Order: sequence, then structure tokens, then C-alpha cells
Amino acid sequence: MENLLSIVTFLPLVAAVILALFLRGEDAAAQRSAKWLALIATTTTFVVSITIWLQFDPSNTGFQMVEEHDWLGGLKYKMGVDGISILFVLLTTFLMPLVIAASWNVTDRVKEYMIAFLVLETLMIAVFCALDLILFYVVFEAGLIPMFLIVGIWGGKDRIYAAFKFFLYTLLGSVLMLIAMIAMYMDAGTTDIPTLLHHQFSSSPISVLGFSIIGGAQTLMFLAFFASFAVKMPMWPVHTWLPDAHVQAPTAGSVVLAAILLKMGGYGFLRFSLPMFPVGAEVMSGFVLWLSVIAIIYTSLVALMQEDMKKLIAYSSVAHMGFVTMGIFAFNQQGLDGAIFQMVSHGFISGALFLCVGVIYDRMHTREIAAYGGLVVRMPAYAMIFMLFTMANVGLPGTSGFVGEFLTLVGIFKANTAVAFFATSGVILSAGYALWLYRRVVFGDLIKESLKSISDMTAREKWIFAPLVAMTILLGVYPSLVLDVTGPAVAALLHDIEPVLAAAKGGAQAATH
Amino acid sequence: MINADLSVVAPELVLAVFAMLALMYAVYRGKDAEAPLLFWLTAIVLAGLGAWIGLSPNVTETAFNGAFVNDGYARFLKVMILFSAAIVLFLSQPYLKRNKLLQFEFPILIALATVGMMMMVSAGDLMALYMGLELQSLSLYVIASFRRDSARSTEAGLKYFVLGALSSGLLLYGASLIYGYAGTTTFAGITAATGDEGLSLGLLIGLVFLLTGLAFKVSAVPFHMWTPDVYEGSPTPVTAFFATAPKVAAMGLFARVMFDAFGNATADWGQIIALLSVMSMFLGAVAAIGQTNIKRLMAYSSISHMGFALMGLTAGTEQGVQAMLIYMAIYITMNIGVFAFILNMEKDGQAVTDIASLNMYSRVEPLRAAALMVLMFSLAGIPPLVGFFGKLYVLQAAVDSGFIWLAIGGVIASVIGAFYYLRIIYLMYFGEPRDALDGTMPAFHWAALMASAFVMLVGIINLFGVQGLAGAAAATLLK
Repeated sequence: MENLLSIVTFLPLVAAVILALFLRGEDAAAQRSAKWLALIATTTTFVVSITIWLQFDPSNTGFQMVEEHDWLGGLKYKMGVDGISILFVLLTTFLMPLVIAASWNVTDRVKEYMIAFLVLETLMIAVFCALDLILFYVVFEAGLIPMFLIVGIWGGKDRIYAAFKFFLYTLLGSVLMLIAMIAMYMDAGTTDIPTLLHHQFSSSPISVLGFSIIGGAQTLMFLAFFASFAVKMPMWPVHTWLPDAHVQAPTAGSVVLAAILLKMGGYGFLRFSLPMFPVGAEVMSGFVLWLSVIAIIYTSLVALMQEDMKKLIAYSSVAHMGFVTMGIFAFNQQGLDGAIFQMVSHGFISGALFLCVGVIYDRMHTREIAAYGGLVVRMPAYAMIFMLFTMANVGLPGTSGFVGEFLTLVGIFKANTAVAFFATSGVILSAGYALWLYRRVVFGDLIKESLKSISDMTAREKWIFAPLVAMTILLGVYPSLVLDVTGPAVAALLHDIEPVLAAAKGGAQAATH
Repeated sequence: MINADLSVVAPELVLAVFAMLALMYAVYRGKDAEAPLLFWLTAIVLAGLGAWIGLSPNVTETAFNGAFVNDGYARFLKVMILFSAAIVLFLSQPYLKRNKLLQFEFPILIALATVGMMMMVSAGDLMALYMGLELQSLSLYVIASFRRDSARSTEAGLKYFVLGALSSGLLLYGASLIYGYAGTTTFAGITAATGDEGLSLGLLIGLVFLLTGLAFKVSAVPFHMWTPDVYEGSPTPVTAFFATAPKVAAMGLFARVMFDAFGNATADWGQIIALLSVMSMFLGAVAAIGQTNIKRLMAYSSISHMGFALMGLTAGTEQGVQAMLIYMAIYITMNIGVFAFILNMEKDGQAVTDIASLNMYSRVEPLRAAALMVLMFSLAGIPPLVGFFGKLYVLQAAVDSGFIWLAIGGVIASVIGAFYYLRIIYLMYFGEPRDALDGTMPAFHWAALMASAFVMLVGIINLFGVQGLAGAAAATLLK
């Protein structure tokens, strides 16, 4: 099929339009049909997306399944996947049916809720497939609209503050990227991403307001993109929107946010920052690495002190994203492979952890850690699943969390041993907060009166977790599933930027002599 | 010779004659009893002229020794002006009727103002410029104070008139200086007088005064003070009119003068307009945050949007003019939808303009709330809505001509501005439940609101071809 990617991308949107146009009423029957339609649409999308996986040829390092149409003057509607993006597309389509299924208990404005998630799915898939700068920007930013509404309408008590903070924070990060994109268009004369990947942007020093900028235009563009992706990631110190948004968002919103939306930042680094501005990335790499280390240690410490479960997991997400940026800016095969692996694995693990919180929140309507304790007595199945994902979050060998952390640490050890030293201590801290959370919620005596009648997971909930459990363990014991896909693409990326970096270094040395 | 001239100005002539005939008819017949008929008739004449101009052959003609230019650029703007004026006239009638303001002078004044606007965008001479501008302004002063028994409306009209007269004076002073130094009032003559070595000091001062007058008309900071008061004080249909056609005309005239008369001095006026642009964007964004009246809010929003449109002009290139034209087309389309909504904001039969009355509107009227949400996101310039593409083109023009600082200022202002558009969405979708609006909406308003929102949603596919049309129009301005 020629337009497979477009089909996968727009299937959820079509379902959303059908919901919007043809479903009337707020009664139970209408709500049920909205849920079923959304579930069927997302599942179909996943099934169709498997054919992308089957058609994909990992040994081909270029873009595959490319489709191209003229759009507004000069711009193109161009889609395609390569070894870096395909996994994120699959991650998105894999998680969305689970997210819809996890929202079965929503009763308020169900139709609008499902429309918001379906539109969001379309936009997320399009972000990972877009091969035109402006198309990328459009779908990247458009995702803010449904997420703003999801947090704002179906969120918790302080949802208004969280929704505004999320929207304006990320928007401010992104607009500078838009300027840089326009500047790239002026420089290269095209917005076509595959062409831009091989375009050399000027890296000779330029002076702005009297400061001489090493790496020139590349550094400036890198910083403009960095502003956007660092907020999206999020990296310390621009992570503060994330805990607010996570705590206030409904469970499904948190899952999407942690599992997919955060990955857009890492994907952006891999797709744009590294291959297009290698010199700028090299200039700024020390800075980024130390920010990552601070993120890993600082947010792990902050996570230790949280009293709200969702906030704790949100901070742990920031710490794990620190490993991702660290791996990316190690500039070597292990680091980059590890970063992608870590993102995919974090998609399953953090998604599952937020779902775990959702399970008990649905029953008790509180996320206070102190309100729980001794759940293992009444909820053995839940304790089992929660333990698996806690261990995966810590990075226990045999789970996918281990592979990602290990690879990024290997990569960074080769590149910068000091950073690796500090980052490894983050692993210990993550074990600390994760196990302590587990101990406080699941173990201990069941003394709280309100918990004595709590029921274990329903069949629906178990079915939601089953695929996540399977993937976490599968990737833990057979990481090649991911690495075989990413490996060639990463190698090609590194192969492309190495001569540029070497030339830039040579040029700089010649200039100092 | 005179026949040829008259055929060039035929549409303007038809409209002017129509306005006078309508006036005579209404005065001698039933006065206000004839108002509904005149509303319909005027709107139809405006729309008909719009279609006529839109379909007329694509040639550049001049009349009256170059004082009047009819080129692709003027036609593009005239079509926008005529159609938006016609739509606003259609939209005004129910509101005016409810508020017992249905008087026959209203459509006639709109028609005369429209003649003035058509003259403005076709001006090829400082005299023609001033004639068009004053015909438009005098009509607008009167309709701003159309609600004679309301102190606010009268205040709005008076304020607008006094400040408008001051700006006209400045503009005239500038024109006289330019005439003194160039020895001619035709734009072609001024271009010839400036030559290649740049402006003489006298011309430069004249240009600055001229710019001041024009900036007042587009309500660019620091000449914006009248805008919020006039928007708030005038009856809502008048505000809706102010927010659409006159904006297009003033911006069109701005570009016309800058490129036709001072096309050799792009660098001189580019800097001035850049400053006007960045100040407008920021003031519009920041000052709107504290507003609770939706009409005042739209006034600040218009200041900010004019700042963006000016950013296109700053570039001083064909691409910049094209971007400005696209921006204006998108902007008035959004505004028509928003005002179709505002015109029907009512509670217990009383018109309300407090944005707090929108609380949880999505529960009462989900479809209208959704349409308004789309328009608000579009005004904020969030992709994938069409409002974003307007911003994209002006930013592109600015970056292309080296005004990167201006582009960065613009995007930061747009983030600040996003806050107050979001606030309206927040009130409608997750505010506190309160007595909501209960006004009904006539079918035409409903259609305008939905059509406008629909255009913003699906325009992403090809912007309805406006890009190519604006490009062709811009090319004729910078021949």
C-alpha cells in the first residue's frame, strides 16, 4: 500500500469525525457506543500499524514508505519512517487502545473525551512520521490543543492552573523553534527533512550583540530547537510543568503524556538537533550532559520526598528522561541505541505505573501515599503487577528498564566518565524512591478502615496490563527486537555526522594555531 | 478621455450613486420604516460589486492622471472590503432591531464608508488618498456614536472624531511637506523625486508624519488609544464593522503609499514600521490580559494582529506584501465569526459583553462553544488552525529580510497573547457553572460562525487558494 502511513495516521481522526458528527445524546447507550467506537478505531489502527512493522526493512537506513504531496506553496505533505521513528509510531498505536480501555469509567462528556484522545493519537503519529519541517511543527504544536482540553476538562482540582501552565510553557518553548525552522528554510531553500539531514548549515563563528558564538548559526539553531525539546522532554530546570500536568490530568491523560508526548522531545533531538546541527550539538554537549546529570540526581531526590503518587512517578519520569538525553549526547552507538531503547521502555513502564495509580485512585479517589498501606492483603494480583513495574522502573535485569539504563551508561562511560559516575548514583536513588513507594503502598499492615473493603483488579484491568507486562519482559530478555531496528539507522546517523565534527574540530584547531 | 476614466472608477461610482439615491428615497418615503429594505439592498449591492470586481479582468488601469489606480492589488483588497462589509451588514440587522437602532442612515453610512475605503486602496495620489480616508473616517465617526442616547456611544464617537481629526491633521502636514519637497502629489512623481540616493530630510519628515496618520488608522501602538474605547462604546454591529473592512482598507492604503510612493526608501520606513509592529504586538498581548469586556478584549486583540500584519510590510518585499494580504484575509474571516457570536451574547433579552457570562457555555450550546473555541485557538495562532499560517507567512517574510529580532519578538508576544484567548476557552469549557447566556441565534449568524470556524479547520489543506491570489495581487503592487 502506497499510503500506509497516512492511513494509520488519519484512521483515528476519521473515527473522531464520525463521533463528532453522528453521535448524539449523553445517555448511557451513547456513552457506550462512543467508548466502543474509540476502542475499535484505536485497535484497528494498531493492527494496521503492524503492517508497517512487517514491511519495514531495518537494513535500509533511509526513509521508507515515503509519500509525498504538494501542500501550501513550497511546503510538502511528506510522511515516512526510518529506524528511529518507526518504534515511536508503534509505541503510540500500541498504547492508545490500552488508554481508551483504561478510560472505561469516565462518565463526564464521554464523546468529547474520546474525540480528544483520537485527535491526539492522529497528531502524535503524525509527529513521528512527518518529513517536512513545517508539517512537523504543525502537528507537534497542535497536540497541545487536545492535551489542554484533556487536562482542563477532565482533570483534578487544580486543573486550570495545570492546563494553562502546560500550554503556555510548551508553546513558549516551541515558538523559537519555529523561527529557527524558517531560518533553515531560508538557508537551505527547502523544508524537506531528508534533504535537510544532509544540508550543511554554517558553523563559522558569528558575533551577536558583541558575543562571539562558537559554532555560529548551528549553535543558535541548536539552542532554538533545544528550547522546545528540552521543555517537552522535560529536562531540568524546565520540567516544572510536568508534575503539575501529571497530577491534574486524568489517568489516561497522564499515560499519554508520560508514555508518548515526552518522547517527542527525545525524538526531536535525534531527528533534528543531532544530525542537522552536529557542530552546535557538539558545542553544547557538555552543558546538556551536566543538565542531564542534575536531572537524574536532583529529581530522584525530589521524588523521594513526594506524598502524591502521581507526582512521584512524574519526577521519576524526569530522571529517566535524563538518561535519554545523556545517551543522545554521548554521540556513540551505545548511547543513542540506549536512548531510543530507554524511551520505548519508559513508554511501557511509566504508562503502566500511571495505570497502577489509576487502579487504586478509581477505588479510593485519593493519590496520597499515606492513605494506603497493606494493599497486598486485599489485592494480590495488583501487588504483583505493581511490583513488576516498580522493579522495571528501578532497572532490574530481565526487564526493559535495565537495558535502556545500561546502554546509556555504557555509552556515556565511553564519552565522559565523570558524567557516568554521577549518573550511576541515580540508579541507586531510583531504587530508593521506587521501592519505598512500593513498601508504603503495598506492604505493611492493613489498618486503614476504608481499605478493608477494597477489591482486587477486575478482568478489564488485568487485560489492560497484560500487554504491558508482556512487552516489558520481552524487551528485557530480548532487546534485539528494538536494537535490530534502531542499530543501522543510528550507525548511519553517526556515520554522517562524524566527518562534519572532525572537520569542524580541525577548522577550530587551525584557527587557534 | 473622461469616459475611459469613468469606466475605471465604475464600481465606486455605482456605490456612491446608490448611496445617494437610497438616501433620497428613504428621506422622501418612510424614513426608518424603509430601513430593513435598505439593509438588504445595500448588502446585496455591496456583495454584487464584490463579485463584479472579483470577476473583472486582471489588468492595471489608471484614471484621472494616475490619481486612481485599479490594479490586481486594489481589486484583491476591494473584494475583501466589499464582502466583509456586506456580511457585517447582514449580521447587524437583528441586533439593531432588538435595540431599536434600526435607522435608515446606517446602511447608507456603511455604503459611503465603503466607497471611501475603495478609494483608499486605489489611491495613486496624496489627494486621492486623503479624499478616500476622510470619506471613510467621517462616516465611521458618525456610526460610532450611532446610539445617540447612550453616553458611551457618544463618547466613543467624539473621542474617535477628535483623535481622528488630529491624525488627519498630522497626515495632511506630512503630505504638504512631501508636496513641498517633491513638487508633486502623485505617487509616481514622489518616487521619481526620491531617486536612488534616498530621501531628502524634508521628505523624510513628511514621511514620518504621513506614517503617524496611517498608524492611527490601523491603530498601531502608540497611536492606538482610541481603539478600546471606541470598540467598547460603539454599538456591537459597529464594532464588528470596525474590526473588519476598515482594517483591511487602512492596511491596504498603508502598503500602497509605502510601496508606490516610497518604494525606493524601504530601509527608511522599514525600521519605523518594525518598531510600530513590535510595540503593537506586545501592547495588544499584554493589555488584553486584564480585560473582562469581550469587545475591549477584541480591540486589544486587533491591535496585536495589526502588529503582525505590519510585520509583513516591514520586510519591504513582495513576499511581505503577500504575507500581509493573507494575514488580513484570515484575520477578517476569523473576526466575522467571532462577531457573529458576540452580536448574540444575550441574557434575559439584554446584550452582555462580560466574558464571565461565557462560563460553562459548552454545556448550554456545545456546538457554538466548539466553533468559538476553534476561532479562539485560531486567533491565538495555534496550528493546525489557519490563524497559524497567517503568522507563519509574516514571520517568514520578516526572517527572510533580516528582521529576526522582530520575528522573535512576534512569537513571544503571540505566546503572551495566547493566554487571553485560552481564558475564553477555559471559561466555556472548564469554568464555574453560572447563569449562562440564553440568547438564540438567527440562522445567518449561526451560519457565519460555523462557516468561519469550518474555514479555520479545513483551510489547512490549501488555504482556499488565497495564497496564490494574494501573491498575484502583491506582484502588481511591486511591479
